[in-house]
Amino acid sequence: KMIHSLFLINCSGDIFLEKHWKSVVSQSVCDYFFEAQEKAIDVENVPPVISTPHHYLISIYRDKIFFVSVIQTEVPPLFDYFGECSETAIKDNVVIVYELLEEMLDNGFPLATESNILKELIKPPTILRSVVNSITGSSNVGDTLPTGQLSNIPWRRAGVKYTNNEAYFDVIEEIDAIIDKSGSTVFAEIQGVIDSCIKLSGMPDLSLSFMNPRLLDDVSFHPCIRFKRWESERVLSFIPPDGNFRLISYRVSSQNLVAIPVYVKHMISFKENTSSGRFDVTIGPKQNMGKTVEGVVMTVHMPKAVLNMNLTATQGSYTFDPVTKVLTWDVGKITPQKLPNLKGIVNLQSGAPKPEENPSLNIQFKIQQLAISGLKVNRLDMYGEKYKPFKGVKYITKAGKFQVRT
Amino acid sequence: MAASPAYGEEKGGSSSLGEPEYGHDPASGGIFSSDYKRHDDLKEMLDSNKDSLKLEAMKRIVAMIARGKNASDLFPAVVKNVACKNIEVKKLVYVYLVRYAEEQQDLALLSISTFQRGLKVSWSEDPGEVWRSTEPPTAAASHMSPQDPNQLIRASALRVLSSIRVPIIVPIMMLAIKEAASDMSPYVRKTAAHAIPKLYSLDSDQKDQLIEVIEKLLADKTTLVAGSVVMAFEEVCPERIDLIHKNYRKLCNLLIDVEEWGQVVIINMLTRYARTQFLSPNQNESLLEENTEKAFYGSEEEDAKDAKAEAASLAKRKPYVMDPDHRLLLRNTKPLLQSRNAAVVMAVAQLYFHLAPKAEVGVIAKALVRLLRSHSEVQYVVLQNVATMSIKRRGMFEPYLKSFYIRSTDPTQIKILKLEVLTNLANETNISTILREFQTYIRSMDKDFVAATIQAIGRCATNIGKVRDTCLNGLVQLLSNRDELVVAESVVVIKKLLQMQPAQHSEIIKHMAKLTDNIQVPMARASILWLIGEYCEHVPKIAPDVLRKMAKSFTNEEDIVKLQVINLAAKLYLTNSKQSKLLTQYVLNLAKYDQNYDIRDRARFIRQLIVPTEKSGALNKYAKKLFLAQKPAPILESSFKDRDHFQLGSLSHLLNAKAVGYQELPDWPDEAPDPSVRNVEVCGAPWVHGGGGAKVPEWTKCTSREKRKEKVEKPFYSDSEGESGPTESADSEPESGSEENSSSSSSGSSSSGTEEEEEEEEEDSGEQSEDKEEEEEEEKRPKRKDKEGSHKAVLGRVGSPSEEEEEEEGAKKSKKKVLQGRKGRAETSSEASTSESSSSGSDSGSEAEAKQRKAPPSSKASSKEISLLDLDDFTPPPPQPIPSSSIISTSLVTDLEGLTLTDTSLTPTLLSPAFSAVKTYELLHRMAGEGLAVEYCFSRRPFPGDPHMVAVQIQISNNTDTEVKNLRVNEPKPLSGMRIQEFPEIEHLAPGDTASVVMGIDFCDSTQAANFQLCTHTRQFYVSIQPPVGELMAPVFMSENEFKKEQGKLMGMSEITEKLVLPEKCRSDHTIVQQVTSAANVGRVPCGASNEYRFAAKTVTSGSLVLITLEWREGSMAQLTINSEKMVIGTMLVKDIIQALTQ
Repeated sequence: KMIHSLFLINCSGDIFLEKHWKSVVSQSVCDYFFEAQEKAIDVENVPPVISTPHHYLISIYRDKIFFVSVIQTEVPPLFDYFGECSETAIKDNVVIVYELLEEMLDNGFPLATESNILKELIKPPTILRSVVNSITGSSNVGDTLPTGQLSNIPWRRAGVKYTNNEAYFDVIEEIDAIIDKSGSTVFAEIQGVIDSCIKLSGMPDLSLSFMNPRLLDDVSFHPCIRFKRWESERVLSFIPPDGNFRLISYRVSSQNLVAIPVYVKHMISFKENTSSGRFDVTIGPKQNMGKTVEGVVMTVHMPKAVLNMNLTATQGSYTFDPVTKVLTWDVGKITPQKLPNLKGIVNLQSGAPKPEENPSLNIQFKIQQLAISGLKVNRLDMYGEKYKPFKGVKYITKAGKFQVRT
Repeated sequence: MAASPAYGEEKGGSSSLGEPEYGHDPASGGIFSSDYKRHDDLKEMLDSNKDSLKLEAMKRIVAMIARGKNASDLFPAVVKNVACKNIEVKKLVYVYLVRYAEEQQDLALLSISTFQRGLKVSWSEDPGEVWRSTEPPTAAASHMSPQDPNQLIRASALRVLSSIRVPIIVPIMMLAIKEAASDMSPYVRKTAAHAIPKLYSLDSDQKDQLIEVIEKLLADKTTLVAGSVVMAFEEVCPERIDLIHKNYRKLCNLLIDVEEWGQVVIINMLTRYARTQFLSPNQNESLLEENTEKAFYGSEEEDAKDAKAEAASLAKRKPYVMDPDHRLLLRNTKPLLQSRNAAVVMAVAQLYFHLAPKAEVGVIAKALVRLLRSHSEVQYVVLQNVATMSIKRRGMFEPYLKSFYIRSTDPTQIKILKLEVLTNLANETNISTILREFQTYIRSMDKDFVAATIQAIGRCATNIGKVRDTCLNGLVQLLSNRDELVVAESVVVIKKLLQMQPAQHSEIIKHMAKLTDNIQVPMARASILWLIGEYCEHVPKIAPDVLRKMAKSFTNEEDIVKLQVINLAAKLYLTNSKQSKLLTQYVLNLAKYDQNYDIRDRARFIRQLIVPTEKSGALNKYAKKLFLAQKPAPILESSFKDRDHFQLGSLSHLLNAKAVGYQELPDWPDEAPDPSVRNVEVCGAPWVHGGGGAKVPEWTKCTSREKRKEKVEKPFYSDSEGESGPTESADSEPESGSEENSSSSSSGSSSSGTEEEEEEEEEDSGEQSEDKEEEEEEEKRPKRKDKEGSHKAVLGRVGSPSEEEEEEEGAKKSKKKVLQGRKGRAETSSEASTSESSSSGSDSGSEAEAKQRKAPPSSKASSKEISLLDLDDFTPPPPQPIPSSSIISTSLVTDLEGLTLTDTSLTPTLLSPAFSAVKTYELLHRMAGEGLAVEYCFSRRPFPGDPHMVAVQIQISNNTDTEVKNLRVNEPKPLSGMRIQEFPEIEHLAPGDTASVVMGIDFCDSTQAANFQLCTHTRQFYVSIQPPVGELMAPVFMSENEFKKEQGKLMGMSEITEKLVLPEKCRSDHTIVQQVTSAANVGRVPCGASNEYRFAAKTVTSGSLVLITLEWREGSMAQLTINSEKMVIGTMLVKDIIQALTQ
């Protein structure tokens, strides 16, 4: 509820931004955080909540930045609303970020986090604007109260105008799967989202229907969606926010068998005494419904004992980082005629015991124009405005957390 | 401050840099190296008349603040600019002020007048202001009070004023807050609400005045304010729960439209509120639970008595009826489970966990599992909560078991939490899958995680007795692992497991004794030593030897190991003093001069105790008792047990410690407080406003709409709820909207059809939208209908009315029930009003139930559809009645008095591939069934229609003197994954007649009972069928070679071996085969060797092989081996077969 202070810390441990809402807390509280960070081997392993004698530190790790917030009292510890941002971007826009933070949290209580509103309150800088500003000295702070805040549809600003009225929907499905050693599926599930890009004038009222809405098992909605309409008719009815937003995310009911579009043949073995091992992986397409599997990338966290890897790839390129022990193989497109293969020798640290476990293979891939669950948008209707919008739907299937145990 | 040394450095550096860079972009990094000299420049810039220069300066200063550098010496220069007309400069000045006012109180006080003036500028109208002219007249600003053109400015002024933590301005703040609390603009009122806790933290003496403001703001009806004021309420006066009463329904109804963070706060507050105001919805269930427990342990006669007594007590007890307000809360929060905001979902989840009836809590599982896809921090929090919930409500997460499987890329803390959840979810059904997962985890590179997995296996082993041996064997195998940590952890866990049944495991203890040579981890060494000491009688030869070795290395051991060496020595001395006397003396002497005083003390103490001297006397006699006392086995339990006394989703829960400001979640009250406190008088909105009602605020429009709506609904009211009392109408406050109406007139809304519902929904989302819009909407609807010529839409429309009818029917039925109940209770007329309200309560409840009921059928339908497509399954044809030859004669059945009957001669031998005796079990005793007796047996035939089901033959005999009609299975409540194929309804069963039917049950390869209701036209009976493990399989025929091949695949953890002694009468081929096949539905596999018997079967559901080998050695000795990857089935089957053979 009450965030006392916020520190932004980069990977090398510099605090490059701090913001206090109540009284000032010294930077030294972060020492507790650094301590914990040192203990953790991997950045991912830093405990999200650290309790110190006087404060609790909650850390969130995004894009190589730790957001460490300091709190003193009871909070619901889910605080997660920072968008994607990089360190340099923040440094470039320190003042704007600062103002944003000021708006977002009043006295440490989340105030306005709807990104569209924030954009109105503090207009994002553009090159043109900064030029204009430096000449006229005028402000880039919104003069008006964001109209949305007061209207009944807080996510949409009034008076939107476009010459081309367009509405695009991307149906993106991700396959989460765990494949075991023998190639059988331990666990597979389809998670999907519909991301929309809506550029429509006025106050359009859209309704989107599916050919097979029953597929959607568990759905979470953007607040603009009328829940009851979905409950009763399985139709998404909403007045959209302006621009890009995530309309829904869903999970496909688990009773359905998930078609796994790729298979992996692997032969990874380490020898006891020679301090070397063999590595041989082939990826092939399977049940891909006539679509090409592309953007295939395999990443493997090799055991600590691995010193180096001498591999040859029949397709694409591979890199092995001897520090993090991560092997990345960028395969690209899979053509069924010639299956991509990566093969070679693994050099182990001499003297070290051979690794107990073979590493898991994490696979990424993409299939355009296919929703693996078979979900299909039926139609999109618009009410409330007179013009004819241009509508488009795109389907993509991707690998989510797709892991092959070896 | 850390920054101060940096100044010196930068000073030097900057002099070389020289010129200040006026036109420089603030982003260029140059700003990060400001110094004293530049501060002068900044001051200069701030003093200039050009706004652009000022802005530039302020940007640099704010950047400095952001870097954590001290810019306090600029305070006077900055504060001057608080009156600056440029809004952006002003904003930055505000930022500065908020940061430094508290630190520099003196300076701040000096400048406070400047600042106040600045505030006044923004409070009063100033025609010269720059930004005003650029402001377009927006909808929001159009109905503005004349005092200020821009509510944004008013709000931000208030925000800054309240953020300046200078005690002396408290009175000014108080005044400003009061004024803002009755501002025209909801945005300003919201800011006022935010200012309240700030003022409170600055000066808690203001509490009473602030509570007044909170009370006023709580009555506010805009969604914008609701969240903020509840936040203020929670901060300032969470104990004043009485302030919520009048606003409770409004908050519930507004909830869905409040912004997300507001929702979180409100939901958490309402959880607490509900805990104080409503009765526990699970009180009846807890009673029921007691019943089942008793039934489980008690003998049958007792049961009958108990059942009667309890039925009486149940009847005496007033049936629980959920308060309609309680229901309202549950209903209105449920949609929020689909929120995109993880915090909201979590808040609703904890609300349901703490408030909902057990049967309804399940809905949150799905949403929580969804959150697991989120960032790892969210996962961490969610998993913590799931871990707690899964202890109490295991069934809820069972269907999602696989979602908790662990990936090698998960962070360690997530892995460990998932492991915790998996362990909590483990039961006899799924343990084999879970153990298989664990086997994968044990090989992980992440050693902490491996250690946690071993612990988890230990916990599974203690909780599920059937796999204890399997787990133990697996852990023993781990002892030869290469990694020392793994071995050590295994030792520690094995030690705990062995304590439960040490006698059988001397082999393992011996094995572990050998490990002392290799294992170096102190905890593991200590554990082994303790084990050997404790069970030295089981390893009489090895124990002294171990002591000898340890004595040798004593001085180099860690302290905990030394202590255990002493313990071992003492125990050996007592049991085997001949061999170990000298060794013990030696060890004690070493310990006497140890550096650690604990060890010295222990040595001295033990010497006194065990070595008999003249002085030691009394205690010495008891030494044996002291050291060799039976020690209770440790209980391995979850660290999340009992964590649910903290409100879930709270920080305190996360830390498992009370955090500052944590509000204890109160326990349910025993008696419900007066629900009428939540009634709100129907009058014009209690909106009183200082600033003259020039414009009608949007929410008052609702009332007019409401009137219209009421008009529309009148007929329904008068139609069905003619008797609805005055309390009812008082309940439905106008502003609570359509929700309230629909709940108070459930039958009305349900009969009005989808159109009605749509309208409701329309209204909800667009409560404030113009009437015109709605008219438009209505116009559109027919249009839409035309447009959507597709058959789908038509189908939808055709389909829905029938659903409605059902719903209506349901409502009616429940009403009837209520009426009956009322009759039965024979209430006096004076009680009529209360019963009325209760009936309305149950009505609204039943409505919700009806809704729920509506949902499951649809999902069921979908699953059926899917199975039609994917699994080429077809709905099984009604199973054929069993030929009459198999029917046990009626007279025999009537003679049964609670005995189970084994009648071999009557069962057809041709049916099952194995000739066997079919046991009959009782489903419903004649007495309990009021003359209806039901028995069942496992016919061992494949169930027609579904090969994954076990066919259960049911024999029903009517011993009453009237005809029994409409005999059928009702409401099967299968556990997760179980399926029941009901038998076709028996329409008539004449007195004295017997009917036999077959039903199919898919037990999912578990021995858990299938529960369902057996209904007649008058009565219904709860019954359950529990299959013996041997009936969960069907015989497979295979050759000897195949058998051996398959057996080879199922070694290790999947193999269970047990020795047994064959009794005299059971030593012929024939009897052995007969006994085995009677115990389990297996097929014999031909076997070359004599004295060896092999059987094979497949489990019915999953088709896993079960291979049985019985080796008959010389004399009466025999060894039974079962290979199956279903370890639970294997272990249970071993027991059953041995029992069959030895009896």
